Amino acid sequence: MQTLFGPQEKGFFSKLKEAVASTRSHLVTKIEDVVKGKKEIDAELLDDLEAILIGADLGVETSNEVLEKIRNQVSRKQINDPTQLKFLVKDELKRILDSTDGRVLDKEVAGTRVIMVVGVNGVGKTTTIGKLANLYRQKEKKVVVCAADTFRAAAIEQLEIWGRRAGVDIIRQKTGADPSAVLFDAITASKSRAIDILIVDTAGRLHTKNNLMGELEKMKRIAGREIPGAPHEVLLVIDATTGQNGLVQAREFTRSVGVSGIILAKLDGTAKGGIVVAIARDLKIPIQYVGVGEKVDDLIQFSSEHYINSLFE
Amino acid sequence: MLDQLSQKLQTIFRNLRGEGKLSPDHIEQALREIRLALLEADVNFKVVKQFIERIKVRALGQEVMESLSPSHQVIKIVRDELVETLGGTSPRLNFSAKLPSVFLIVGLQGSGKTTSTGKLARWLNRNGHRSYLVSIDVYRPAAREQLSIIAREVDVSVYAGEGVDDPLKLCREALREAGNSGYDVLLIDTAGRLHIDEQLMQELRKVKELANPSEILFVADAMTGQDAVKSAQEFHNQLGLTGVILTKLDGDARGGAALSIKTVTGQPIKFVGVGEKYDALELFHPDRLVSRILGMGDVLSLIEKAEEAIDHKKALEFEKKLRSDSFTLEDFRDQLRQMRKLGPLEQILSMLPQVGPFKELTKVKVDEKELLHIEAIINSMTPKERNHHQIINGSRRKRIARGSGTSVQQVNQLLKQYVQARKMMKQVGSGIFGKRFGRMKLPDLG
Ligand SMILES: Nc1nc2c(ncn2[C@@H]2O[C@H](COP(=O)(O)OP(=O)(O)OP(=O)(O)O)[C@@H](O)[C@H]2O)c(=O)[nH]1
Ligand SMILES: Nc1nc2c(ncn2[C@@H]2O[C@H](COP(=O)(O)OP(=O)(O)OP(=O)(O)O)[C@@H](O)[C@H]2O)c(=O)[nH]1
Ligand SMILES: [Mg+2]
Ligand SMILES: [Mg+2]
Repeated sequence: MQTLFGPQEKGFFSKLKEAVASTRSHLVTKIEDVVKGKKEIDAELLDDLEAILIGADLGVETSNEVLEKIRNQVSRKQINDPTQLKFLVKDELKRILDSTDGRVLDKEVAGTRVIMVVGVNGVGKTTTIGKLANLYRQKEKKVVVCAADTFRAAAIEQLEIWGRRAGVDIIRQKTGADPSAVLFDAITASKSRAIDILIVDTAGRLHTKNNLMGELEKMKRIAGREIPGAPHEVLLVIDATTGQNGLVQAREFTRSVGVSGIILAKLDGTAKGGIVVAIARDLKIPIQYVGVGEKVDDLIQFSSEHYINSLFE
Repeated sequence: MLDQLSQKLQTIFRNLRGEGKLSPDHIEQALREIRLALLEADVNFKVVKQFIERIKVRALGQEVMESLSPSHQVIKIVRDELVETLGGTSPRLNFSAKLPSVFLIVGLQGSGKTTSTGKLARWLNRNGHRSYLVSIDVYRPAAREQLSIIAREVDVSVYAGEGVDDPLKLCREALREAGNSGYDVLLIDTAGRLHIDEQLMQELRKVKELANPSEILFVADAMTGQDAVKSAQEFHNQLGLTGVILTKLDGDARGGAALSIKTVTGQPIKFVGVGEKYDALELFHPDRLVSRILGMGDVLSLIEKAEEAIDHKKALEFEKKLRSDSFTLEDFRDQLRQMRKLGPLEQILSMLPQVGPFKELTKVKVDEKELLHIEAIINSMTPKERNHHQIINGSRRKRIARGSGTSVQQVNQLLKQYVQARKMMKQVGSGIFGKRFGRMKLPDLG
């Protein structure tokens, strides 16, 4: 039996099922509804399919690209059996998700590996950092988290509690401190304590705010100055409920600080998070993890293959 | 992205001139573009479908208006329908007869509830209320600390409820405290939750039963996509929402989720959040959001203003005059006056989208004083001078400058601009606004 985000992590299975039940039942039953009752693929069938893809937040352009491929094959009479439709959709989605740049996750580096977690407001950065820290600590890594969101009320306290849950140390200053200064402290501490992984929490910011994006760029520069090659990863957290703006977020954060991977949070709701397909298609950024809840172990490694397979199992 | 829609519509309707009615064919084409625009703005596809049906009914058989190009006419129908859908019900806050009134703030995780609770309390206090806060989010790390810090910053009292970690108990105690201390509104910040989380939804139903809120406000993120219909619908079914706060509108999300939410709940959007600071809360203006959803700057209100302000007979006269090369300084002055009826020029320019032919125009600094000077100068001319600018020689210029309280240089400059303007206006065919508006174009006065 295949699961959504990779097989055989015991105990995760039911969680996975739950997390994607809505996604799967929606997409698959819809397509099956569409497929039954119809003998040949016609325009109406393709229209319904379009509604399904758009309803999953893939966006008009990406949905149309997928459908265009299928339309072409239909018109060239390569297919005329409606039951083939879901396989075609599946193939096409997989092709898009697999066209991303290779994973950089877990690449070993000599000293401290610095991971910056960025994104717009309220998407789930701090929570994800708690989960990530937990994940790495379970892999016997020495982890430190850095409270570089010095702006939002009680952001530092929030990360502190997550640090405790994950069993990792936090480097912090006071609210209102310069985020780059906190980062500098954290890097210095990480070096002297031979820390494997430093995860940096940043304040939520809309990509339209130039000064805040500038602040992020500065943090990136400081990291690179103190540790050559740092930050080794810049992870952008996308809220699964996000619509088309998610693509703009990915584009703008990439332009500013070079996003290396996406974390799709809150996939345990009914939202499909389909904008990540558009992000993969346009920006070739891989999706690395999926958040499926508010507990410390509600983070799952993403696999496009299983993601799509389980949609159609 | 911006204003693509209006350009596409213009292409579709280019051939319409002369036809008496908007033809079904043209409308079909236009509706297809509108549908795409709405989908790109994250309006739920089912909501879009319903909406398009309504537009179709409204658009079919409409007389082609004299005053607007067909494309703008269709946009206007869409705009009006959107404004009606998004506005409509009164956005006033409800208070209960028995004090304190309770406002329950609910929504998905991270939508902006806690921040909005603080903003709203601040807003209420500035409008003569005495509000009191409590967070019953016993789940998220540091959630209650967050509200306490915000409360301090906006100078509103908060029930800390130290040592208590039962949401209902917190609620009961805060209610009692609010009553004892004479607060008239109690705002309850709740934990973010999924609409499919039965346990937590039931908790909210119990809170509702206990506190009998006069407002249950659903806080929704403006960046939300297609799922907005499901979450809003479910929150509404279970709790009976009374209004919506749409947050994070300070970004560049088109905000189509608002239309989805309004459609499925029927509840008005009462406030919008436009920043992380606690004063960044505004009353909701449907027309602004509509422009945003359609991605058209305020071009829409401009169309409407132009419609109201422009004297069409005059406009026709101008056109004839331009053709026959008899556009006089008198006409120039008239036109300036008409233009001014639209409002301060800079405001007009700022309503244009920052794209295409407008890009430069919107940056132009307009000196309103200079416009007054121009009018004064023309006023000081004799009718003969206004109609035959060639006769204005040096001594006449001196006289005019004195009479208008300006300098000879200013008079010279105006005359030069007028001659240029005549040349330019002859070249202006149908401007971007369609025929009528093209004629309104002013020469560069800077
Ligand atoms: N259901 C669910 N909730 C999540 C998930 N990840 C985060 N959340 C919740 O989303 C809300 C926001 O999470 P945070 O981690 O504070 O988000 P953030 O991006 O750090 O927010 P800011 O720092 O304010 O920009 C919290 O209530 C989290 O518990 C997830 O995968 N599933
Ligand atoms: N730019 C912007 N950010 C906002 C706005 N409203 C809230 N935020 C930010 O969004 C993030 C989440 O806000 P919260 O008030 O913590 O959201 P919440 O709904 O209480 O979150 P949970 O309690 O975790 O479910 C914070 O970073 C806020 O500063 C807004 O109108 N504009
Ligand atoms: Mg955070
Ligand atoms: Mg909160």
